[in-house]
Amino acid sequence: MDERRFDPRLMVKRLLAPIDPPLFFIQMGLLGFALVMMMSASPERVDSQLVNSGVAILVTWVAARMPSQRLLALAVPLYLLGVALLVGVALFGEVSKGARRWLHVGVTRIQPSELLKIAMPLMLAWYFQQREGMIRLREFLVAGMLLAVPLGLIAAQPDLGTAVLVAAAGFYVIFFAGLSWKLILPFALVGVAGLAAIVAYGDQWCQPGVDWYGLREYQKHRVCTLLDPTSDPLGKGFHIIQSTIAIGSGGIFGKGWLSGTQTHLAFIPERHTDFIFAVLGEEFGLAGAIVLLCLYLALIVRGFAIAARAPTLATRLLAGAVTMIFFTYAFVNMGMVSGILPVVGVPLPFMSYGGTALVTLSLGIGILMSIQRHRAP
Amino acid sequence: MSEFRTPEQETSRFRARLLVAAAFILVCFGLLVARFVYLQVVRYDYYHTRAEDNRIALAPVVPNRGTIVDRNGVVLARNYAAYTLEITPSKVPDLEATITALGEIIDIQAKDRRRMKKLLEESKNFESVPIRNRLSDEEVARFVAQRYRFPGVEVQARLFRDYPLGATGSHILGYLGRINERDQQKIEERGNEANYRGSNFIGKSGVEQSYENELHGVTGFEQVEVDAGGRAVRLLNRTAATPGNNLTLTIDSELQRVVEDAFGDRRGALVAIEPSTGGILALVSMPTYDPNLFVDGIASSDWKALNESLDHPLINRAIYSAYPPGSTFKPFMALAALEAGKRTAGQAIADPGFFNFGGHQFRDDKKGGHGMVDMYKSIVQSCDTYYYMLANDLGIEGIARFMGQLGFGHRTGVDIEGEAEGILPSPEWKKRRFRRPEQQKWYAGETISIGIGQGYNAYTPIQLAQATAAIANDGVMFRPHLVKYVTSSVTGAQRAIEPRPIRELAFKPAHLQTIKQAMLGVNREGTGAKAFRGAPYEAAGKTGTAQVFSLKGAEYRASAIHERLRDHALFIAFAPMEKPTIALAVLVENGGFGATSAAPIARLVLDYYLAGKRPAGPAADDPEAAEAE
Repeated sequence: MDERRFDPRLMVKRLLAPIDPPLFFIQMGLLGFALVMMMSASPERVDSQLVNSGVAILVTWVAARMPSQRLLALAVPLYLLGVALLVGVALFGEVSKGARRWLHVGVTRIQPSELLKIAMPLMLAWYFQQREGMIRLREFLVAGMLLAVPLGLIAAQPDLGTAVLVAAAGFYVIFFAGLSWKLILPFALVGVAGLAAIVAYGDQWCQPGVDWYGLREYQKHRVCTLLDPTSDPLGKGFHIIQSTIAIGSGGIFGKGWLSGTQTHLAFIPERHTDFIFAVLGEEFGLAGAIVLLCLYLALIVRGFAIAARAPTLATRLLAGAVTMIFFTYAFVNMGMVSGILPVVGVPLPFMSYGGTALVTLSLGIGILMSIQRHRAP
Repeated sequence: MSEFRTPEQETSRFRARLLVAAAFILVCFGLLVARFVYLQVVRYDYYHTRAEDNRIALAPVVPNRGTIVDRNGVVLARNYAAYTLEITPSKVPDLEATITALGEIIDIQAKDRRRMKKLLEESKNFESVPIRNRLSDEEVARFVAQRYRFPGVEVQARLFRDYPLGATGSHILGYLGRINERDQQKIEERGNEANYRGSNFIGKSGVEQSYENELHGVTGFEQVEVDAGGRAVRLLNRTAATPGNNLTLTIDSELQRVVEDAFGDRRGALVAIEPSTGGILALVSMPTYDPNLFVDGIASSDWKALNESLDHPLINRAIYSAYPPGSTFKPFMALAALEAGKRTAGQAIADPGFFNFGGHQFRDDKKGGHGMVDMYKSIVQSCDTYYYMLANDLGIEGIARFMGQLGFGHRTGVDIEGEAEGILPSPEWKKRRFRRPEQQKWYAGETISIGIGQGYNAYTPIQLAQATAAIANDGVMFRPHLVKYVTSSVTGAQRAIEPRPIRELAFKPAHLQTIKQAMLGVNREGTGAKAFRGAPYEAAGKTGTAQVFSLKGAEYRASAIHERLRDHALFIAFAPMEKPTIALAVLVENGGFGATSAAPIARLVLDYYLAGKRPAGPAADDPEAAEAE
């Protein structure tokens, strides 16, 4: 490459080199869709959504340029930083809405648990890479410990939503590393049995005065409202009732863009953030929801394809886990908005308004691109 | 896990795990799709309806209540718009604190709080209840500027009822009050709740109550699109309210005022009827009260004063209180005798001043008696002995039958509620009234005092006026009524309320003439002569004095007893003789002789109504007129 001669074609080529075209188009599709929805849900935020989208693409590009080895080198410092900040929160954190989640750093305040969403799978992937070829039960126990420490700190804040996401991210790495089915199945069975029990006995458990060991009152409330939204039609249940009405009244093709009555008459709460899917369901109907699902599915297929051909154990695990995180965000959010999962603060990937989550998710896309680009020939 | 694996094995196991994960993802997404299909296809109709219900609210448009005017078009009841400050309790977390905070920007007094507390007990939690009425423009502006501090508190423009004449005619008009639980039940029984959605007031008594259906109007509806906060965003559809119909009363409000002034601070009642139609010209019950007190929800101090007053201003004496008619009964007795053939006009009796019956002596007021007394003299001089004998000759059955057709002892059916039946004594009545057999028997001796309007006789002033009007109108009787016609608010068409007579009593004209002449004689040369001296018209009349023998419903109070044990004074009259245009009955409670206190009131009324003379003040008692009745 002759640097002195200016060749625009070469410039563009170098600029685009880190980009994985399929992932890029999927990401652009989602961001475009988000912009369309934002024009309806919250027109005054369209400008900043545009800025956020630009930042997101920049973050993706920067992460994609970074070789995965250098990324993995950051695993330990990021993880330690994250845990240190969580301890800081536990000791000096600021209480807001009954939870200690925020930490003041100079002028701004940060939510360290967000960092763990990426640092956690990175750390575990790095750890399994170190132990490659010698992964036994002991390694899984260590991995479990690495996961449990920040998880416990987050759960104690308490922040159930983030705890679930961080736990899922860690679990995916462990799962892809080959945790024996003998260990997975019992947990899965307990989980299924637990769900069945909640459905069967939820009414009794949700009586006031019944104490749920280990969970806060508001967490109990969230689960109970999901089981019977009408028990609290003007409080927490209002969100679920109104969002299911919005989605249901959308029908097959929706009420049309900018014509959702639930959206525009403010019946949908937090309609530009966690509940933006209700706006989509109302204005674009079943058709719009399926288009969105297909975009996510395409993202997952591409992510898995990258994982399958990733060069090292760490990149495989990382790619698989990051892809699963996208899925988890999407599923938990849509499940909650449509009323089959409890209301936990999980945004809809690339659609919900909010810079932090967008940066985290774009980082994930960038990591996938980096793994794809730097795979062994 | 302990076995050694080649990198190829590791890779293929990893890919197998990817496949498991992919399968899991597909299941989860399948679950979501199933949920979406369930919501958006299977239950689409349900959720569509729910969304529409969310969006569209029906807001009632309260109709303007009809106005009430008197026969000359003088406004008796109308509406005015004013701002009220209203609180919806369910939207206010701490009512006391909110009211205290409001008190800093708007004048809220202890009596406003008390009234609100009373209204709260009667209303539902989600309804707004006024804390202050008639805000000034300045107060409205002050509140609006700080509205953000008071969720659940709003300024509303509302229509209020106004009775411009105040206490005049309050027993006729009645008053409007807030709808309470009992009213709500009644509304629901009639299936009217849709029409009263949004209405706060309902007629509680008088014409306001009895013509509620005419006055209220038909509630309109606005379909408005509302947002989640319940604020109206835009109007989708509007069905205008139909205002209530207007009432024109038969009342002459000026006459009404003349009568009320004539009573001064005396208690009593007067009913004046137009004999040829039954239209009531004046219906007075003294003392009156100011119906405007009730409009915003009456203050408890005002309520206490009205309710606990010894004078019972809230009772409509004209239709609810029954009094013995005393000697005003005599012309009717005389007519009964003529019609039954028991007496002729010229037949005279010798009056020794008493009548012996069953070992008991019934005395005449005049010692030594009136000498030879024929029918004319019996009425003009009010001779008791004549009527003791007559009652005995007619018998109780005969009296009851005759008086019954004149409306005595029956509700007249006047078009306001709260009318009493009175007592028309008869053997059957006694059987109904008493339980023990010895009390149920009618004794012939009891018939004697019935003849002079005493004994068990008890009639409401309106019954007495109706019977007087029947004689004035030659036996053609009309149901007394207060509303002349209803004017449709939509078409302007007038619908008369009482076009036809209810009963035509075929009295012989000669008999009627005898009675009328005798009643004219009362005012010319008899007990009413003093009161009617120099009247520019010919008026027939009859005085009456009724003994007060029981104090039903009144409290005993040492200072009050003496005055309240005095006789009631009565007077009936009609005029002019040829084609009477007014017939009336006056009763002054504890007024003493009819000639002294009741007849002067009748004179003032007739002077005003027939000669247009306005009195200077209350009718003065005339002690010199206290002749025997």
